Amino acid sequence: MGNNELTVRVAGEAGQGMQTVGTVLCDIFRKEGFDLFSNQDYMSRIRGGNNYFQIRVSSHPLQSHREKTDILVALDRESVSLHRKDLCKEGVLVADGKKFNLEVHDGAFFDVPLYQIALDKGGSEIYVNSVSCGLIAGLIKLDFAAVERQLRLTFSNKKEDVINKNILAAKTGYEYATSNFRDVSFKLTPGHSKREMMMNGNDAIALGAIKAGCKFYSAYPMTPSTSILNVVSHFAKDFNILVEQAEDEIAAINMAIGASFAGVRAMTGTSGGGFALMVEGLSLAAMTETPVVIVDAQRPAPATGFPTRTEQSDLNFLIHAGHGEFARAIYAPGTIEQAFYLTIKAFNLAEKYQIPVLIMTDQHLADSTRNIELIRQDAVKVRRSIISKEESANVTNYLRYRLTKSGISPRAIPSWIEDVIYVDSDEHTEEGHITEEGTIRNRMVEKRLYKKMQGLSREIEKPSFDVREAKTVLIGFGSTYGVMKEVCEETKGKVGFVHLSQVWPFPSVEMKKLLMKKRRMLTLENNAGAQLAQLLRRETGIEVNDSILKYDGRPFSLDEVLIRLSQRTKRKQR
Amino acid sequence: MDIQMLKSNDAITWCPGCGNFGILNALKKALVKLGKAPKDILLVSGIGQAAKLPHYIKCNCFNGLHGRALPPATAAKMVNRMLTVIVTTGDGDCYGEGGNHLINAIRRNVDMTVIVHDNQIYGLTKGQASPTTDSGYETKVQLGGVIVEPLHPLEMAIALGAGFVARGYSADSDHLSWLIEEGIAHKGFSLIDVLQPCVSFNKRNTYEWYSQRIYKVNTDPNYNFTDKQAAYQKADEWGDKIPIGIIYKIEKKTYEEKSGLDMIGPLVDEPIEAIDISKALREYV
Repeated sequence: MGNNELTVRVAGEAGQGMQTVGTVLCDIFRKEGFDLFSNQDYMSRIRGGNNYFQIRVSSHPLQSHREKTDILVALDRESVSLHRKDLCKEGVLVADGKKFNLEVHDGAFFDVPLYQIALDKGGSEIYVNSVSCGLIAGLIKLDFAAVERQLRLTFSNKKEDVINKNILAAKTGYEYATSNFRDVSFKLTPGHSKREMMMNGNDAIALGAIKAGCKFYSAYPMTPSTSILNVVSHFAKDFNILVEQAEDEIAAINMAIGASFAGVRAMTGTSGGGFALMVEGLSLAAMTETPVVIVDAQRPAPATGFPTRTEQSDLNFLIHAGHGEFARAIYAPGTIEQAFYLTIKAFNLAEKYQIPVLIMTDQHLADSTRNIELIRQDAVKVRRSIISKEESANVTNYLRYRLTKSGISPRAIPSWIEDVIYVDSDEHTEEGHITEEGTIRNRMVEKRLYKKMQGLSREIEKPSFDVREAKTVLIGFGSTYGVMKEVCEETKGKVGFVHLSQVWPFPSVEMKKLLMKKRRMLTLENNAGAQLAQLLRRETGIEVNDSILKYDGRPFSLDEVLIRLSQRTKRKQR
Repeated sequence: MDIQMLKSNDAITWCPGCGNFGILNALKKALVKLGKAPKDILLVSGIGQAAKLPHYIKCNCFNGLHGRALPPATAAKMVNRMLTVIVTTGDGDCYGEGGNHLINAIRRNVDMTVIVHDNQIYGLTKGQASPTTDSGYETKVQLGGVIVEPLHPLEMAIALGAGFVARGYSADSDHLSWLIEEGIAHKGFSLIDVLQPCVSFNKRNTYEWYSQRIYKVNTDPNYNFTDKQAAYQKADEWGDKIPIGIIYKIEKKTYEEKSGLDMIGPLVDEPIEAIDISKALREYV
């Protein structure tokens, strides 16, 4: 347990409802003014297996998770043996000893008849969730009123009787903790957090898309991108958005391109394997100069890999995907806030340059929840880059691919202008008809690659950094922002960081400036190939000293990075 | 509208005598009858000789990827239901590379018309078997003759519940034109499989071969195209006698009606610069 912070982990089989306990607890903590960071670890199955929900709570803002937990609630026997090793020195293990015939004789084991209470107060073992919730609140000495309020809210669509049973189960758990474990002191200083909003990375992307005016979302469900599909669907009626579950990812991207051609902002989302199927479509978007936003929520690969876990191994793939040469932009948000704002930018940019824009996230950012300051929905202006309906009335003799200095041809919407529009995946003339003429080919390649890249290079997202006091600098992209930031804070700035939220076009100029001073440089990457280190070298000539890599499908915790950094320092001293 | 208004600047690159010319003329005639401005018509295609057709008419054209004409066509109609959407595709494009999309486009029942130029051969790649090539037909790849069963597109479409299933013949332009008009008029997904001789690569299913076999099914007063069983039998006829016409037709609810898209204005007309998402954000507080 760190400085006025606490980590709680609830583990059990899939289907036992860890997510319910987790979300209820998150809501209680947040409303009591605490800051929190929660992450989930789940297996690719609907029932059984072993899953957990972990919440780190503090009175200061959090960006990452810890390796060890202070309170571990094990809802099944397997969880006891699997998670014991992760207990902090003064941590406690809560489990139902009688139900699971546990013979544990040490001070850290809190034997609580969780299931008996559930049966007595609720009439079913499913109430073990609410018992656990109350018990945890009791151990931390939260006010029970906060638990009751949240349970009422969470179960507000249930019958009064069910709500009351949940509250009773929770109250019994709460009282069991306060009367039996009075000596335990997990009391946290109440926080005064103004960060009142709580969501995960995928929520932020979905909300960003809605704000950006996305009117068409097509996708084939694939973990860990699926919750974007769920969230957009949830709000579809309120914002007049058409959500279509496509027959496959090939259809998903071709639909998004068709919708975009017809004039609306469109997006599709998937994970690496699905994106592999979309690659020809990516090339089509580039060739036809049709804007499209694509989300790749990465997971460990090759092939099916670890469906429910995390990795950052698609970096090279996304930069190079697609046959032929064309401009694209790739964002790699590091925080929930960035996920929201960059999604809006992605739509603006895709439309301005008439290109595919990719948002690269991963399971860790997708599923991790944090409390954040209220999203300022107008912080990024939604700017359209089409010939408006009013302007369309005067358009005749339209050339879809008119050659211009900027490489961008004014884009008209079919049926708005009086003329017709030809769009082609073959090489084409300015009008959009098939051609095999060499000179036109040259002009079109230059338009799609050089000219658009020139423009895109002028509006690259600047990396975020803190390198003032740093002797060592960590360099990362995407979801590792949080852990790098906390490492920097924990080391009082001795370990600095540079985080890229856009990886293509690569921010070469900025990176050269930031990394000019001679310092120890390490990339921190959730992959095995040190892809960012290679990219940095290729684009800037800068060689890092080393890379901290992780490819076991799990995200970096604050502790792991600190340990691996110190191991490297020791090695160097030897 | 005059047929001259549909004239495109693009030079036609089909082989002389190609069945595609008959389809192009039939489509133009149908569009003249439809009377809509070219700017309100969208032709979508994939890759193949059939896929070049949209370039030869003055309408909006989205010429996409091989096998992928249906997904963009579907989506374009979803977001702008005022467009008349017509797909011109081939047997390789629609039944081979894009087979999964056909199955699901039929299930969705978005209001659009799909014209399949079915010459039972791959033309653009010079003569390999297509999904509809007759068994036994020899090609440079299928040296001993095609050994797999041909796909039966009409039976498949009827089985999947398509509301409008027809077969035309490229050499009978007036009849085909009528079928296209009916297909466009039908609310929902319409499939028109068009028998089309390939003068360069299909030496079997020639103009002569077809003219000896083809007959019009809708001139038979006893044929009821709303009878699914009868339609299924009719669709199965192939060999000495080959029926053309409307094989199956029923009214059913479209995607637009079921999704509620028909109750709101076209999505493309929605202003997006100042969408207020406070209501959604409140769910996260």
